[in-house]
Amino acid sequence: MNFFLISLIKIVIVFGVFMTTLAYLQWVERKVLAHIQSRTGPLRVGPHGLMQPLADVFKLLTKEDLLPPYVNRIFYLGAPFIAVALALISISIIPFGPEIAVAGTRTYMQVGDVNVGVLFVLAIAAISVYGVALAGWSSNNKYSLLGGLRSSAQMISYELPLTLVIVSPLLLANHLSFREIGNSQAGYYLGFIPRWNIFQMPFPQIFGFIIFMIAAFAETNRIPFDLPEAENELVAGFHTEYSSMKFACFFMAEYANMVTITCVATLLFLGGWQPLFPAPYSNYVPVAVFLFAGVLCFLHAVRPARKRDRYTFPVFALAALALAILFALPWFQFVLAPIFWFASKVGFLLFTYIWVRGTLPRFRYDQLMHFAWTFLFPCALINLLLTALFVAIF
Amino acid sequence: MDTLLFIVFAIVAVACALNLILQSHPISSALSLIGVMCSLAVLYLLLGAEFIAMAQMIVYGGAVMVLFVFVIMLMNAGAEKRSGKSWFAQFAGPPLLVLFAAVLAFLILRAVPKLRTVEFGTWVGGTAEHIGQMLFTEYLLPFEVISILILIAIMGAVVLASKEID
Repeated sequence: MNFFLISLIKIVIVFGVFMTTLAYLQWVERKVLAHIQSRTGPLRVGPHGLMQPLADVFKLLTKEDLLPPYVNRIFYLGAPFIAVALALISISIIPFGPEIAVAGTRTYMQVGDVNVGVLFVLAIAAISVYGVALAGWSSNNKYSLLGGLRSSAQMISYELPLTLVIVSPLLLANHLSFREIGNSQAGYYLGFIPRWNIFQMPFPQIFGFIIFMIAAFAETNRIPFDLPEAENELVAGFHTEYSSMKFACFFMAEYANMVTITCVATLLFLGGWQPLFPAPYSNYVPVAVFLFAGVLCFLHAVRPARKRDRYTFPVFALAALALAILFALPWFQFVLAPIFWFASKVGFLLFTYIWVRGTLPRFRYDQLMHFAWTFLFPCALINLLLTALFVAIF
Repeated sequence: MDTLLFIVFAIVAVACALNLILQSHPISSALSLIGVMCSLAVLYLLLGAEFIAMAQMIVYGGAVMVLFVFVIMLMNAGAEKRSGKSWFAQFAGPPLLVLFAAVLAFLILRAVPKLRTVEFGTWVGGTAEHIGQMLFTEYLLPFEVISILILIAIMGAVVLASKEID
């Protein structure tokens, strides 16, 4: 009974936070892209456009739901649900922190631990290509079909380097469960270099991490590998014929995949919830960060760039200061500090996603395939062989 | 709970397998096959073979079937036309099918004389460690032979696909 209750509470929390993250990730993406391109981004709905995701949800829900007469109806309607359902599953086995004790009950910050967790994520990723492929095929439209075909070819190609490069942190951690992989990266070399997999020998796994991120970009169909929805050649690719909520499903699936794969990258290479600094210092970092943010917001409120900033920035500042105080309290620190470290790493990787989108142009299709098979794949193989050699010798 | 899950996914597997044969469109058949693969993975999971279950999903449900779907989509294969059944298939088909099933059941019973009821959750040999141990000790020779076989197949495919055929 207790187990079911705790699981239910955890599911509700993870689902709520995940969905909010998906909605606001889109806001962050628009803002960051806008600032990269010297624009301001969403600004009208709410302070600094903060209510924009909500407005978008209402817009997407109330749009007319078109069902073109020439589509293959069953697959056309099923594809968005396959895409979104498979995209939302994987988050359930991601651990966000170590074991904690709340009101006398000990529990892990994770919905459920699977002892083949890494394989589970790979299996879901392998299946999730059908959402896009079926959407492209059932739309009965040449651009959609091309998008679907490109997506499946791209995903098969990039799954190989991705899988090969995942093996090296697994060799170092000697476990397939995410919880154990996270635990195995605790501690420090020489008292200050964290034992994250990215800092492990042979010549720091950073190459493995970079290969993983490149393959992850391709797996999630993001720029510079967003060939399936290349708008200048394929209209909108596989979701050309989709509208309203069905379109939103694909959109949500894309962002959910992004969050999941960055969580996996964090756990495999960046030490999961393990802090960057040794114990006494790491506890001051969140406090310092939020204090700095609060002071910065106050300074902006004193010299407002826009008229309404005088009222909105003090609120942001107070929120940041409240968080700083929360992180200074010992009990909250115990619970929140792992989440802070996990979220900041995931946030940094997600920011990289957006940064790259604002920076790089799209690959050509033959370049994409050439890159995967003649460069990324051998690199992943060499990385794996060296890691295996290292693990075998030491 | 385990029995319930087994019944549900066994039914799904059989229904998908039947659908695979009965559907006339190749894409529907391919998707039914994916359904069969995934429900088989759940059955493996119920038996405690979690590594095999995930490998089933990744290799069969993912890689192999994506290739199938990819080829079907690329060829843009339409629905099959039903040709008139031959006289032989119409009349001799069902009895022969029953006969075949009976022979198969007989052979299985002969090969495995003492069938035991399967108990869910009792077997613990399906972890990655166990599989790795078995592969590199007891089944090392078949494992290596199969890898050479696959290597030959890959080289054959590359030779066939390369354009330098003179």
